[in-house]
Amino acid sequence: MDYETLRLIWWALLGILLIGFAVMDGFDLGTAALLPFVARTDIERRIVLNTVGPVWEGNQVWFIVGGGVIFAAWPTLYAASFSGFYLAMFLVLATLILRPAGFKFRSKVSDPRWRAFWDWALFAGGVVPALVFGVAFGNLFLGVPFGFDSDLRLHTDITLFSLLNPFALLVGLTSLSMIVLHGASWLNYKTDGTVQARARRVMPFAAIAFGALFLLAGAWLARLDGYVIAGAMAHDGPSNPTLKEVARVAGGWVTGSAMPAVAAALVGAAGALLLRRRPLLAFFCSALVPIGTIATAGLALFPFLLPSSSHPGASLTVWDASSSKLTLGVMLGVTALLLPIIIAYTAMVYRVMRGPVRAKDVGGHSY
Amino acid sequence: MDLVELSRLQFAVTALYHFIFVPLTLGLSVLLGIMETVYVMTGREIWRDLVKFWGILFGINFAMGVATGLTMEFQFGTNWAYYSQYVGDVFGAPLAIEGLMAFFLEATFVGLFFFAWDRLSKVQHLMATWTLALGTNLSALWILIANGWMQYPVGARFNADTMRMEVSDFMAVLFNPVAQAKFVHTVSAGYVTGSVFVLAISAWYLLRGRHVEFARRSMTVAASFGLASALSVVILGDESGYTAGQNQKMKIAAIEAMWDTEPAPASFTLFGLPDRANHVTHYEVQVPWMLGLVATRSTDTPVPGISELVGTARRNIADGLIAYRALTVIKTAPKDAAARTALDAHVNNLGYALLLKNIRPDIENATPDEIARAAASTVPNVPVLFWAFRIMVGLGLWFIALFAASFWFSAKRQLDRYRIYLWAAFLTLPLPWIAAELGWIVAEYGRQPWVIVGVLPTALGVSSTAAGNVLLSLTGFALFYSCLLVVDLYLLLKYIRLGPDAALTAQGHTEEAA
Ligand code: HDD
Ligand code: HEM
Ligand code: HEM
Repeated sequence: MDYETLRLIWWALLGILLIGFAVMDGFDLGTAALLPFVARTDIERRIVLNTVGPVWEGNQVWFIVGGGVIFAAWPTLYAASFSGFYLAMFLVLATLILRPAGFKFRSKVSDPRWRAFWDWALFAGGVVPALVFGVAFGNLFLGVPFGFDSDLRLHTDITLFSLLNPFALLVGLTSLSMIVLHGASWLNYKTDGTVQARARRVMPFAAIAFGALFLLAGAWLARLDGYVIAGAMAHDGPSNPTLKEVARVAGGWVTGSAMPAVAAALVGAAGALLLRRRPLLAFFCSALVPIGTIATAGLALFPFLLPSSSHPGASLTVWDASSSKLTLGVMLGVTALLLPIIIAYTAMVYRVMRGPVRAKDVGGHSY
Repeated sequence: MDLVELSRLQFAVTALYHFIFVPLTLGLSVLLGIMETVYVMTGREIWRDLVKFWGILFGINFAMGVATGLTMEFQFGTNWAYYSQYVGDVFGAPLAIEGLMAFFLEATFVGLFFFAWDRLSKVQHLMATWTLALGTNLSALWILIANGWMQYPVGARFNADTMRMEVSDFMAVLFNPVAQAKFVHTVSAGYVTGSVFVLAISAWYLLRGRHVEFARRSMTVAASFGLASALSVVILGDESGYTAGQNQKMKIAAIEAMWDTEPAPASFTLFGLPDRANHVTHYEVQVPWMLGLVATRSTDTPVPGISELVGTARRNIADGLIAYRALTVIKTAPKDAAARTALDAHVNNLGYALLLKNIRPDIENATPDEIARAAASTVPNVPVLFWAFRIMVGLGLWFIALFAASFWFSAKRQLDRYRIYLWAAFLTLPLPWIAAELGWIVAEYGRQPWVIVGVLPTALGVSSTAAGNVLLSLTGFALFYSCLLVVDLYLLLKYIRLGPDAALTAQGHTEEAA
């Protein structure tokens, strides 16, 4: 396989892994974000926690593997994004660290203050990552300030506050509403009684908020400057992001190829809203939302991965930020072998744990 | 402290903290598998309770392992951006494979282990437990392949067009002898930790005359598994010393505080006070021949001393400067054939030239005096390595003695007979952690000033982020981790105090029932 094709495949795989993260971990982040609101009594909260209890750890690995795969296939992107977004990343890690502790420790002590503390820790662990990832995505469209010296050592001037601009915050809220919708759809499917009724009441709000924010962000995006590669650029050249010219064009991010993805996200949100009395169907619809949203962003940015606002020529693209051909090839083989196995045993676990969680299921080894 | 020191400190703190939980996960997951196998084979309920009780403690520990592992995965990017850019092509792959092959497995099956007792048949549940154990061990394998490559960077070469290291031979990276020795040694260390944990807590129950049947059975399993693991740590620790001897002569010399090359076969210093300023070791007590045997597996190959190795480093730096000058030409004239040839001929020492960057930015103009200073900087902190290593080895020998005694007493059904033995077993509880953390200090601190031996000096690997950011995150992690550790210990103690019967019923307490 040639280098250009390998890079394209890895661009698609990057998208697939991010989508895997948003779809799988998305519903347990959303569930945690809703925990204090849809569940009031202790037993209700334990029901909510136990809907994700057996699966959230596996879901979270999508995030870890996302990081690992960016490292292996797009090392320059890994270096630039995580060091550039340093404090934002720290914020995400600090709240994500609370999750394993929250899930595992909360119900092991019966003091109500202890339990309330972990409930809010879990809430933070759901809301903060959803917001910050959205904000990060928003900043991709604006470009962030970074460049390279002749050793390809990266230098950046990104601060946490420069990331918190209005457009990025709008994308952050879009992401949060998406996660809340997905969590509510999950609870609607995995619980019954009061909790289910409350989750179902959240769904229309979340779906409509998502649709409105998503369209607003799209309209704003059409007025922003997009980036394009100026002149010819080899698609199989060395991975050195300092050898090209990049120009900025008004409205340059809007592309027809992203429209099916836009439609998928909106159809998903509408489906979740309308089908909420058919919980499983509604859940699949709400899974379409992150699929469509991430695909929209990826296709709009293509071939850019991380545009640089201060040194546009240093922007990272699919053609100059990847690993070597050999590494991409080997990793493709490994992924093609392992991903189907992972999906198979994950599906097996969901099958074993199928069915709604009720009060009588809470106890024994559960959370 | 500057950016480099803060980043190193943060890595050291978070990694050493992660490794508080890792070895217990590695050891307990296998012990759970063994106990559950006995349950399925004998059908006796007490064995299932054993699995469930140790399982509670395992779960508390596992959660902390996952929480702290998350930080590690992203820290290469956040704090070691140039490192990630420079070697990501090689180093990222094992990390990604670890996620795909191991983390998915362990994290998915840990859910079944805890939540599916009533939903799976006995045999199915047993298989879930063993799959979980397999996952944790695979994760150790892949991360140690990554880590082994940093100690012994095989199968990769520098590419001037991308200004980074790229894979040339994947098989060499996978079957890196250093990684294999590390894997066996580290995993065995985990098994020892798990066994000591079970042994010590059970000994405490016996001392208090509580849960006697339960404790005896636990100790029997821990004793035999622990003895095998303790032997494997020491024998394969020696293997680790052997590979380090081949690839990291400087580390061996520093561990031994061997300032000058000794005639073969070199002797092993049992005790002494290394003096860094004067390059001598005071009050040495030596065992003749032993180091030569361990480090070279022969009686006639000399083991080089620190002074000789500094001399080699000086020559390597001078040679590497030729490669660096050629690279400077290539940056402006990529097609220059003469420069490319010069680079190819001397590229293996390019990393040595980069050591000069700590002294001056325009390294091509370095003076002989500066080269000598850079060469001297390849000597790691001798007293720290010397002592860390000796304590680890001493503890290793103690674990063998303890488990041999346990094995003997359990075979003769006399486990609760000698209180002094039970006290010894109980007091050993913290020691495997001390040995393992010291092991990492030997391996990682002993690698300094390199982050990739011979390829990239540590100081160059950092991100270009502001030192204030790192100070903030380091403080944050330190505070956060300290609180979590208190909570973790509190919960472990609570369930150990409750003991198996009460713990298994207390697990499910709801507000209403409590
Ligand atoms: C020898 C073993 C070993 C070593 C040296 C490391 N780890 Fe680790 N790690 C494990 C053995 C392990 C484990 C046994 O698989 C853990 C520990 C407890 C656990 O829950 O899984 C784990 C958990 C764990 C997790 C969470 C996985 C999950 O969700 O299941 C991540 C992301 C990492 N680790 C990453 C790292 C990185 C980036 C390291 C190096 C800098 C590292 N670990 C060193
Ligand atoms: C969990 C087990 C580990 C422990 C306890 C550990 C310990 C340490 C310590 C003490 C340091 C600081 C050394 C110094 O700066 O003086 C360090 C640095 C470092 N280690 Fe490890 N390490 C572990 C695993 C790993 C692994 C598996 C990798 C790679 C895959 C790794 C990569 C690094 C890097 C990149 C640094 C920073 C550069 C440096 O200071 O050398 N470590 N580690
Ligand atoms: C006679 C006993 C032992 C010997 C000869 C020995 C030898 C060694 C050596 C030479 C290293 C450094 C490897 C390197 O630089 O890369 C090492 C590392 C290490 N040791 Fe030991 N060791 C012994 C006992 C133990 C014990 C009892 C434990 C824990 C229970 C332990 C845990 C570790 C760990 C976790 C590391 C770091 C990982 C690695 O580099 O393999 N060791 N050991």
